[in-house]
Amino acid sequence: MSAITGHIPSAQWSLFGAELHIPDGFLNLPISIVCWIGAIALIAIAVQRAQRTLDERQMPLMGIMAAFIFAAQMINFPVAGGTSGHLLGGVLAAVTLGPWAGILVMTAVIAVQALLFQDGGLLVMGANILNMGLITALIGYGLYRSVINQRPAIRLAVVGVAAWLSVMGAALATSLQLWLSGTVALEVVIPAMMSVHALIGIGEALITAAAVSFILRTRPEIIEAGAQRSGLDRSWVIGGAIASLIVVILSPLASADPDGLERVAEDIGFIDLGQSAPYEIIPDYTVPFLGETPLSTIVAGIIGALVVAVVIILVAQALRSRRVGVRG
Amino acid sequence: MTHIHLSDRYRNGVSVMHRLDPRVKVIITVLFIVSNTLLPDGAWMAYALSLGLVTFVCMLARLGAFFALKRSFVALPFVLVAITVLFATPGQTIAGWQFGDRVLLVTDAGVTRFFSILARSWLSVQMAIVLTAVTNIPDLLHALRHLRTPPLLVGVIGFMLRYLDVLADEAMRLMRARDARSAGGGGSLIWRAQVAGHMVGQLFVRSYERSERVYQAMLARGFDGRFLTVNPHQMHERDWWALAGTVTALALVQAAGYMLRM
Repeated sequence: MSAITGHIPSAQWSLFGAELHIPDGFLNLPISIVCWIGAIALIAIAVQRAQRTLDERQMPLMGIMAAFIFAAQMINFPVAGGTSGHLLGGVLAAVTLGPWAGILVMTAVIAVQALLFQDGGLLVMGANILNMGLITALIGYGLYRSVINQRPAIRLAVVGVAAWLSVMGAALATSLQLWLSGTVALEVVIPAMMSVHALIGIGEALITAAAVSFILRTRPEIIEAGAQRSGLDRSWVIGGAIASLIVVILSPLASADPDGLERVAEDIGFIDLGQSAPYEIIPDYTVPFLGETPLSTIVAGIIGALVVAVVIILVAQALRSRRVGVRG
Repeated sequence: MTHIHLSDRYRNGVSVMHRLDPRVKVIITVLFIVSNTLLPDGAWMAYALSLGLVTFVCMLARLGAFFALKRSFVALPFVLVAITVLFATPGQTIAGWQFGDRVLLVTDAGVTRFFSILARSWLSVQMAIVLTAVTNIPDLLHALRHLRTPPLLVGVIGFMLRYLDVLADEAMRLMRARDARSAGGGGSLIWRAQVAGHMVGQLFVRSYERSERVYQAMLARGFDGRFLTVNPHQMHERDWWALAGTVTALALVQAAGYMLRM
């Protein structure tokens, strides 16, 4: 116990898992802003959906569940050689509370870790929310939803696989954001991050499956209620499947042939966004009449972010109108 | 009985920084972090000026000049990730090792970039620490609400902070019980992970049931979904001065970063 006594929880967190909370200074401004815009759109949709599908009990429930995730992350288990593993919790939150509430709960956890414990940055919080909130909910809930009518053994197995994949997905996204910011070398960071998180993911899978099996035996109705809170069920399944496929296909590909990924990024023109130092962000990434100044970079970043925002809004509207169409 | 005090991140005190409008404090912190992110590699003079700014703010807050410095090592594990830029940035080679048929070369540009990332990150963490130390939780939540965070999310964060200590204690009790049973080891890795998973499940059920009780109690006290505050935030003259001062100082830092590049 003495290891824990008197320390704040985040300070005694093992190195395991710490790699996913990006601190400020590791992502450049354009990437940070783009991720924040995505995260804001995500939060706005999640708030709207959660309000629609949860009753007025939602606020205390989600708040206490966020505190639960934070506390559950303190429960560690010894792995080997003095290291220990612990839960990240994204999949557990999405499976038990439904994906939208799960996303909001993870957002609250990430916000508190950044605001109070400096575990993860403020300017890069958007990226952290997308990596640990959206990706985990998408993969976790999407895969779980596809087997919701199966036997418990199958459901638990899928929860485990989803937990592992979600950690891999978050690690992949983190690596790509760091690489696009020019903070890491892709050919080193992808193999390193993916192999470390393949191990962390096993811990996540075992703990998540064991926790869900415990809840299924003691309060099964909680999980049933969570599953009914998604809305857009087929979209979650499809989204989860696509995200899982991307992780499954891209991780080994990127590990084995980072140059290939780099080439693809170059072909798309994406690589120019970061690769170089934040200030020489590429000729295209400055606004002509402002020259190559920080202001120009900011304006270019904001323009880029606006484009992304418009795309997100259009996609969201397309989804909504399709949903209305199905209902009508 | 071990107990975790999460609220001790805030340092109670009377100072200019404590009195500032919480919104202004959040904005100042974010501006400072944006400024760090914008600084070019190798702008050591600008990093030093930024460090001076953090120190100055710490002194204004009467926390002691090196308060933030002492607490700022939490982001260090992440530095491991950035080590790769040492080898990956094109530039003059200054050291190299050979591993079989692979060669690892450290370049001067790589070293500059690595330490620049380190400096920018470390400075940002320090200002975030000061923000937490001079803003109490209700004020911070109030500021978030004013800065257009969705009310539902602010409410969730508020509840989370309220029950963080309680559930952290609950988690500690579960771990103490496990240690008493198994002396912290034994079994296979899978078995240990499963035990941890069942503890997480147990904690989940207890938390869920607590949320039901909390909600009943809130209803009994007349909760109608709104949180009221008796502490309306108003911008005073000093808040505007603080904002203006920050913007000016950061403009100087940026100027130093781009002109005094060594």
